Amino acid sequence: MMNMGSREKLGLALIAIALIALPFVLAAAGTAWVRITNFAVLFVLLSLGLNIVVGFAGLLDLGYVAFYAVGAYVYALLASPHFGLHLPFWVILPIGAAVACLAGVILGAPTLRLRGDYLAIVTLGFGEIVRIFMNNLSAPINLTNGPKGINRIDSFQIGPINFAGSDTLAGLVFSGPIKYYYFLMLVLLIVIVINRRLQDSRIGRAWVAIREDEIAAKASGINTRNIKLLAFAMGASFGGIAGGMFAAMQTFVSPESFVLNESIMVLAMVVLGGMGNIWGVIAGAVLLSFVPELLRYTVEPAQMALFGKLLVDPEVLRMLVFGLALVLTMRFRPAGLWPETRHRRELSEGRV
Amino acid sequence: MTGILLEARCIDKRFGGVQALKDVSLTIRSGEIYGLIGPNGAGKTTLFNVFTGLYPRDGGEVMFCGMPLRLESPHEVAAAGIARTFQNIRLFGNMTALENVMVGRHVRTRAGVFGAILRTRTERAEEAAIRRRADELLHYVGIADRADDLARHLSYGDQRRLEIARALATEPKLLALDEPAAGMNATETAALRRLIEGLRRDGLTVLLIEHDVKLVMGLCDRVAVLDYGEKIAEDVPESVRANPKVIEAYLGTSTT
Amino acid sequence: MDTLLQQIINGLTTGSVYAVVALGYTMVYGVIQLINFAHGEVVMIGAMVAFSIITSLAGSGMPPLAIVLAGVMAAIPACMALGYLLERAAYRPLRHAPRLAPLITAIGMSIILQHLALLAWGRNPLAFPQIIDNRVFGIGGAAISSVQIAIICLSLTMMAGLSWFVYRTRFGIAIRATAENVHVAGLMGVNADRVIAATFVIGAGLGAVAGVMYGSYYGIAHYTMGFSLGLKAFSAAVLGGIGNIAGAMLGGILLGLVEALGTGYVGEMTDLCHWPFASSFLAEQCADGGNFVLFGSNYQDVFAFLMLILVLVFRPSGLLGERVSERA
Repeated sequence: MMNMGSREKLGLALIAIALIALPFVLAAAGTAWVRITNFAVLFVLLSLGLNIVVGFAGLLDLGYVAFYAVGAYVYALLASPHFGLHLPFWVILPIGAAVACLAGVILGAPTLRLRGDYLAIVTLGFGEIVRIFMNNLSAPINLTNGPKGINRIDSFQIGPINFAGSDTLAGLVFSGPIKYYYFLMLVLLIVIVINRRLQDSRIGRAWVAIREDEIAAKASGINTRNIKLLAFAMGASFGGIAGGMFAAMQTFVSPESFVLNESIMVLAMVVLGGMGNIWGVIAGAVLLSFVPELLRYTVEPAQMALFGKLLVDPEVLRMLVFGLALVLTMRFRPAGLWPETRHRRELSEGRV
Repeated sequence: MTGILLEARCIDKRFGGVQALKDVSLTIRSGEIYGLIGPNGAGKTTLFNVFTGLYPRDGGEVMFCGMPLRLESPHEVAAAGIARTFQNIRLFGNMTALENVMVGRHVRTRAGVFGAILRTRTERAEEAAIRRRADELLHYVGIADRADDLARHLSYGDQRRLEIARALATEPKLLALDEPAAGMNATETAALRRLIEGLRRDGLTVLLIEHDVKLVMGLCDRVAVLDYGEKIAEDVPESVRANPKVIEAYLGTSTT
Repeated sequence: MDTLLQQIINGLTTGSVYAVVALGYTMVYGVIQLINFAHGEVVMIGAMVAFSIITSLAGSGMPPLAIVLAGVMAAIPACMALGYLLERAAYRPLRHAPRLAPLITAIGMSIILQHLALLAWGRNPLAFPQIIDNRVFGIGGAAISSVQIAIICLSLTMMAGLSWFVYRTRFGIAIRATAENVHVAGLMGVNADRVIAATFVIGAGLGAVAGVMYGSYYGIAHYTMGFSLGLKAFSAAVLGGIGNIAGAMLGGILLGLVEALGTGYVGEMTDLCHWPFASSFLAEQCADGGNFVLFGSNYQDVFAFLMLILVLVFRPSGLLGERVSERA
């Protein structure tokens, strides 16, 4: 940050101002857009977490949603009428992160020595197993309330400010979603800083070394098993934190929110944006979060006008967009739209 | 008498039905340059891979610095003090030369996740030290001007030097080089020879697999010869060169 | 809980289907070391196409067997074409890319195919029309239906046919050669592209039949059936030894049996009503011979996933696979 030119500082300041003002601009179009933005930021957080695993360390995790689910359910269990516990968010989020981290270690310990494609399948299986358990742990002890999920989850509360309702300050109306927006932005900022620091550190280099050539990495003294586990655990922790915030924002969790498609969506964001490139991943996540929403707002009325009925459900369209993003990116820009300069060469020049 | 750095006793290695190494024993003394030669397929690289923890051995043991060496995994071997290069050069192609060497410092440094995230003073000091040492090593092997170039863009000779620099970064007691002169012309080989002699001068022990007989005879203090997985000679170069078993292994029996 | 024999019969039935689908995965992996994620969706599309044809012909007065045959005959070329398209358009351009790229593409194609099927056939499951007189035969205290017999026999026939093809024909030799060593096979005159395309097409064709069998056994076909079936079949292929044709068959049957027996017995074991202390506070549910099963058939899918993870962690080469050592 110290060696930025004054032009860059100005640019950054402008972006900061735009981001601070954004929720009010969006609120003018409707609070729904603020919510959409909040979910986009959640996806950005998930993408940054997955980026550590897939982008930095080169481990294909297809069950990343499991950590999201763990974080969400921990929050739901500790801040809702379900068990009658109502711990404050700043206690629960770290607990959620820790539990997710533990889950990452449990999954990673036996499996990280598997080859890339096998690891992918195993992590996918793990994601599904977590979801099935969430769906079924309702008897004899009702842990997760099964398919019905847990609702009436507490919103965040900082002192007198509750994130559920609206407050007015200096003539501006801070609705619930707007409050969450600022919180999310703060968390995002911290996560970005953490990621940048990790990238430029001994651990970050070790991750890239493993990704580039695992045998050479081992010969150079890197304990690849532990370092990979570290990537997994870190990625899982971020997923857990995002999960906790999701539970609070939505005030409701159910196993349906944590299906394989979610893992694939996050993967598509990382892949499209540029694996390993923090800014690319953020851009990819933003793109793939908003494009389907924009499509929904344009495609639906267009179809009604043209055909008189809804031929293509926007949800289906959304998944088609994600699938295409994966396939087309791999075909034409395998290192992503904004490649990490290292990774671009690795994927596009290919290795025989 | 110089101490014994590495002693291998009765090393066996099988791949399925093939006995790649059979009862191989050798002794490498501290501060010497030790050559390992033999016809293709004799088991030289296999022995290397056993010494450096890449392959598990099926029998025998290795003593390093007087202690039994746990050859369970390559990174433990590197931590113990044996560093290696690879026959077909394994660099981190998309990292810069400097970064490649910095990775070599991993095993002697400690900063973890929390140090990295919090940028503690210890971590920052360690990072600066890593960068400095990597820079020194690039100078030492003679490619300091290529520090910021991606490793895959370096010339072949420079890549070999970089691999050596990265191995040196792990502060080894024994440097194991797998055919370092492969693909090099006479000038490059001579430069490599000067580099290795310099390493010996600076107190390092070097184990060398090579096909370039002239280089081995001129450079090594002692040489071991493998053939079909067995050691058939271990002596100073002149004696080995004259050893009839060695001649037979390379040229076959005469038909008089 | 069903009798042991009944569970074995049921397990053999589903296992046969898994085996046939597993063949598709294992053949492709054998030649290009790619997990064809989209294979499950191809199987699903086969089922959907066949169901559509069968449903439309259901009232036509044709003999039921002919109707089913028509459905299958429509599904096979459709899936073969799809398999060919997948190979040609999605995977072949990435032949020399690092391993992550084709895998990610496969995932993407799986998503695309699944949702195209959703668009084409809708969210509701397609039902198998009641045109077949499904007779049930008693055997040793258990029951076996004619559909089950048909599935087992048909699967065995297809497996035998494929084995004959791979081990007794010239093209089969070409496939095995390519799986062994692509370069040397090329030097011997084998056209790798053709062989690879063929494995996709053959696998898809077999998968089409498997899809119809699976759908007719459960009575429904649905756009999501490919995922679970695909994952299970892949687990079976890995269990038997990925790349090994006999392994895929063995793995499939085994998985079907383990799944059937497993859920039955684990359900028995975790039926809390049979546990001494539990029945006191579960008095309501356990009265009159009721059950309270902790880990029952709703965990069925978990069996396959768990088995996959265990196999990959403890014996990645599978039951019939060779131990491959790494050469640095």
